[in-house]
Amino acid sequence: MYRYTDFDAAFVAERNTQFRAQVERRIDGSLTEDEFKPLRLMNGLYLQLHAYMLRVAIPYGTLNSAQMRQLAYIAERWDKGYGHFTTRQNIQFNWPTLRDVPDMLDALAEVQMHAIQTSGNTIRNVTADHFAGAAADEIADPRPVAELIRQWSTDHPEFQFLPRKFKIAVTGSPNDRAVTKAHDIGLRMVRNEAGEPGFEVIVGGGLGRTPMIGKIVRDFLPESDLLPYLEAVVSVWNLLGRRDNKYKSRIKITVHEHGIDDIRARVEERFALLRSAFTGVDQQLYAQIKSDFEPPAFNNRDVAPFDQAYANDPVFRSWADTNLSAHRAPGHAIAQISLKAHGATPGDASADQMRVMADLAERYGHDELRISHEQNVVLPHVHKADLPAIHAALKAVDLATANIGKISDIIACPGMDYCALATARSIPIAQEIATRFDQLKLEHEVGDLKIKISGCINACGHHHVGHIGILGLDRAGVENYQITLGGDHTENAAVGQRTGPGFSADEIVPAIERIVDTYLSERDSADEPFIDTFRRVGMTPFKTALYGESEKKQKAA
Amino acid sequence: MPAIFTPKVITANALLEGDVVYLTQDDTWSRNLKDADVLTDEADAQIRLIDASARSSEVVGVYLADVSPDAKGPTPTHFREAFRMRGPSNYPHGKQSEAL
Ligand code: HEM
Ligand code: SF4
Repeated sequence: MYRYTDFDAAFVAERNTQFRAQVERRIDGSLTEDEFKPLRLMNGLYLQLHAYMLRVAIPYGTLNSAQMRQLAYIAERWDKGYGHFTTRQNIQFNWPTLRDVPDMLDALAEVQMHAIQTSGNTIRNVTADHFAGAAADEIADPRPVAELIRQWSTDHPEFQFLPRKFKIAVTGSPNDRAVTKAHDIGLRMVRNEAGEPGFEVIVGGGLGRTPMIGKIVRDFLPESDLLPYLEAVVSVWNLLGRRDNKYKSRIKITVHEHGIDDIRARVEERFALLRSAFTGVDQQLYAQIKSDFEPPAFNNRDVAPFDQAYANDPVFRSWADTNLSAHRAPGHAIAQISLKAHGATPGDASADQMRVMADLAERYGHDELRISHEQNVVLPHVHKADLPAIHAALKAVDLATANIGKISDIIACPGMDYCALATARSIPIAQEIATRFDQLKLEHEVGDLKIKISGCINACGHHHVGHIGILGLDRAGVENYQITLGGDHTENAAVGQRTGPGFSADEIVPAIERIVDTYLSERDSADEPFIDTFRRVGMTPFKTALYGESEKKQKAA
Repeated sequence: MPAIFTPKVITANALLEGDVVYLTQDDTWSRNLKDADVLTDEADAQIRLIDASARSSEVVGVYLADVSPDAKGPTPTHFREAFRMRGPSNYPHGKQSEAL
């Protein structure tokens, strides 16, 4: 795993000292809120509905057991005993007081973590495939790339006041688990015909009020050209990007307004100039970083304990079938820990749960944990023989829910339970859907189905790319939920289509049930997942199920 | 005929704790909506808002929120204000947990 250099450590310490002084000056009245707000946002500190919120970056979603334990400590010492993992591979603490935040930042620095550039018009925390370095289908580990980008972009003088925030995601696998097509820049590690490593560069994706699927700006970029090329993209946008209108400032709008060909030409022109300015130091750095991400030493043991538990324990079997993924090393597996127990808040983990996960990573998992953009935790490298013990330990703290990728594995943003921008709540809707389908015992029958919920058009809950997306709105002072169908977050990324008028908080769960019933009756076999059925049969049967005879009445409402 | 003025309270978040506060009649900040001064005159509300907004060493994000006054005191007319008054719905945290 990457370790801070002296430079990194000094930089973070310096920033923390500065911020401590800024907080003091805010409290003693020498800074106004207008002066203080940009400073606190630069350090990940928001003010939400009920309290401050501190957003901490988990670069490329990777952390070790000491870091997870420190998050547990922070949650207990300065928060209400839990943390919220987000789709951006961050963790948010919902209840800090202003005075405590500098101490929290110092506690984070002790384990090489920080909250820098988790907010503001900067290049944000670079996200990556949460199976990086472990997945059987992977071409190369994307994390060294993400780390290289992090070092290049952190405190980059040209990019501290961009037209708007800028998000980059990297995947090293053809099966995209990092939603690269919904980011300002998405990087897919590929090989050309000669077998050389490089990137497919996707630009101009994004969600929010104007969702866009990213477009390919370069189909093969040699590995060594990465930073000059990224710098070219960002600086082209830095010039062209609209600063007059916050809703038109993201690069997706720039690409949309100018067209991908024009952007490509400008980027290539700029790239030609910049390329010579990069003297290869970046490549030495990259090589060095890569060595920090050497795979752990996998051992080859008998998997008999796994086979035995699998044969004899149906609860374990169900969990293994649902929550495990193929690992590249023989005898190993990737285990996902669901933070979506039926009825729980998606993405929340208590301090006790964090400590159990840390212990398991340390004991059985080469000291590694991942946070997925789907708001779950991953033990990326576990030997199958250890899985029965891991499962038992997880069960004891309510972390053994067998629902990864299923209907109750819902992404939900904080919504109006916490977020000041929200137009409706999202968490209770997620809780109700999960509880309902658990009661119906339909979850495993339904199979793979992604529900994603946002509490306003900013789309932090990725609703546009959910197979079923739910968007909470305020319709004349009442919470109202709009449904989209057919969204896809993978390499076949697609934005979902609206079904029609929205539903009240009371109607939304029955509406989702009708959609699921329609799928079950329309699918050609139990092997056809929801998204394939939707693509085959289209919107009509779902619309009829939702609005049927009452369509006219709904429209009049 | 002038538009009817919906009664309002002045609300903000406390600087140090970040929690929701309301302006009382004697210009202190209370954690409890019941204590809030209900403003029924538009001109008065605007002046009180300007004065309250200047108190940036105590509070952040001062604004006017609609309420409907009844015998037990003001109640929020919009669900957002009802949540601010209560706390989140997924845990008994925030104001609902404090003995008010
Ligand atoms: C204080 C809470 C939050 C605030 C103020 C906030 C603000 C925003 C805004 C304004 C946008 C729209 C950006 C645009 O369209 O230009 C956005 C997008 C987004 N946010 Fe948040 N957000 C918050 C919490 C979260 C959380 C909890 C997550 C993760 C679960 C998250 C992840 C995202 C993602 C994935 C997007 C869409 C991708 C994109 O940038 O196009 N945000 N957020
Ligand atoms: S989608 Fe809206 S409500 Fe949800 S976290 Fe983002 S800004 Fe807040």
